[in-house]
Amino acid sequence: MTTIAISVKDLSKKYGERTAVSHASFEVPLGTVCGFVGPNGSGKTTTMRMLLGLITPTGGTGTILGENINHPERYLHRVGAMIEGPAFYPALSGAENLRLLATLGGYSVDQVQGLLDRVGLGDRANSKYKTYSLGMKQRLGIAAALLPNPQLLMLDEPTNGLDPAGIQEIRELLRALASDGTTVFVSSHLLSEIEMISDSLVMLRQGKVIFAGKTHDLLLRQQPIIIAKCSNSSDNVKLLEIAKTAGHEGSIIDNAAHILAAADWAPILNKLAFDSGITLSQLSPVLPSLEETFFEMTGDDQ
Amino acid sequence: MIRVFFAEWRKLRRPTLFFGTMGAVMAVTALVTSLLFLLLDSPRGNGREGRMISRQTLELAHGVSIGFSSAAGLLGLVALCVFAAQTAQEYTYGTLRNLLVRQPRRLTLLFGKFVAMKSFALITVIVSAVVAVGLAFALSDKANVNTAAWTTADAQWSLIQTFINVFISVVAYGTVGMILGILFRSPIPAISLGVAWLLIVENIIAATVKNSGKWMPGQAMTSIASGGDLNSSYLHAIALVSVYLAAGTILVAVLFRRRDVSN
Repeated sequence: MTTIAISVKDLSKKYGERTAVSHASFEVPLGTVCGFVGPNGSGKTTTMRMLLGLITPTGGTGTILGENINHPERYLHRVGAMIEGPAFYPALSGAENLRLLATLGGYSVDQVQGLLDRVGLGDRANSKYKTYSLGMKQRLGIAAALLPNPQLLMLDEPTNGLDPAGIQEIRELLRALASDGTTVFVSSHLLSEIEMISDSLVMLRQGKVIFAGKTHDLLLRQQPIIIAKCSNSSDNVKLLEIAKTAGHEGSIIDNAAHILAAADWAPILNKLAFDSGITLSQLSPVLPSLEETFFEMTGDDQ
Repeated sequence: MIRVFFAEWRKLRRPTLFFGTMGAVMAVTALVTSLLFLLLDSPRGNGREGRMISRQTLELAHGVSIGFSSAAGLLGLVALCVFAAQTAQEYTYGTLRNLLVRQPRRLTLLFGKFVAMKSFALITVIVSAVVAVGLAFALSDKANVNTAAWTTADAQWSLIQTFINVFISVVAYGTVGMILGILFRSPIPAISLGVAWLLIVENIIAATVKNSGKWMPGQAMTSIASGGDLNSSYLHAIALVSVYLAAGTILVAVLFRRRDVSN
């Protein structure tokens, strides 16, 4: 019995001269939530398409739930997926679209209403898909992905078009699925969401994996900072000089000193400030957020 | 395969599509059959391409099914449009990726869809047969056509033969539509090219190049429906259509199996 839900090694996809994905290697353990992040055009969707058997890799190997990705028929009945946004028949109702996919996959059509209730579409089950809002279409896509009661759920930007309440619902849904043992592989531009729900991360840039591992490990790798606010704002410059003398660079942002130093240096800074007659009104060691880390690693400007 | 069949029928049974198509089938069949009887003595002809079908011919055992076989070309065009649209829409709606995630065996998916659409075509042919035969009886009095031979065993056998031939012809038209749908991945070019070729280009070529008619797929498909005609014998038409469709089917099967599915 494998403990790895997704494993790829040197996975590549070229379109003519253009390389969409280059020698991607990563693993996603079973029963975890893995965020898949990267700037637009970094190869996330192409990678997902390869994992779902929709496109053929030009190089590399991979397994999904222990089965080779060259034989998607061996694992896709255990995989739920929504890729490149929801796509359904406009003239059919949401429920009928799901029944069609359930029939095709050999799953019970009786579960359709329950799934629609679960994603908050129960009362619009019989409305035509073309009358749905973007958020409702997205919810239907997630319901379709849940049809096989999947061991592995692959979602490409599942929160697109959802309002904050909808985003929170999806976050809770993904957490509930993960706690039931479903592996969730999810791409999103909402990095704060990914940070909140994911145990691990795969980060892509220009088709290459630049990080694959635990989210916490990634954040720990980044330079921590201490944010110190002086009671008298004119003391900020003096505080920076004290830090610099001790070997820590810093800058003033929003009327507070941001000093590049680990959390365990905070008490020392506090004492040095006190000895220099500076009163601190705030002293907080912080790790950079995933968003800050993302921009630093991918080299993208906000 | 059976799951693909039933899944496809969830789309095909949609009231707008199902009743719309059946309505079109009834309309074209009624038009062709009515003209056959109402223009019986017209010097401009009462059959396909201005041919004259006499009262004596209509009074023969196979006369009851002439209207039905004459409508086959138009039924075929309806089938071409339905098969092409149902196939190509999977690309334009982006639903093909959903289907392939739930049924990754691509040729099974393709074959299942084809069988489902074939069964849909079978219903259109049954509807057309009922309308054509019913209308033939209804109009025979007005056209002064003696129907004594229409109720004989020969007439029934002729009707069965015509039914089989029309069904083969309609499925052949539909297969052309499906091939074009996969090639073009969009309903509009698939349907417009198919219809333009069959209605315009073939007729121009047949009219301008001597003996070319017998090699035209559309003419051959229509010829099958009438059990062979002046252009080509039944066997020649069957063989020709089989070769064209086999070549097209192999081409699109390879394309459908190997082609990347992306936007």
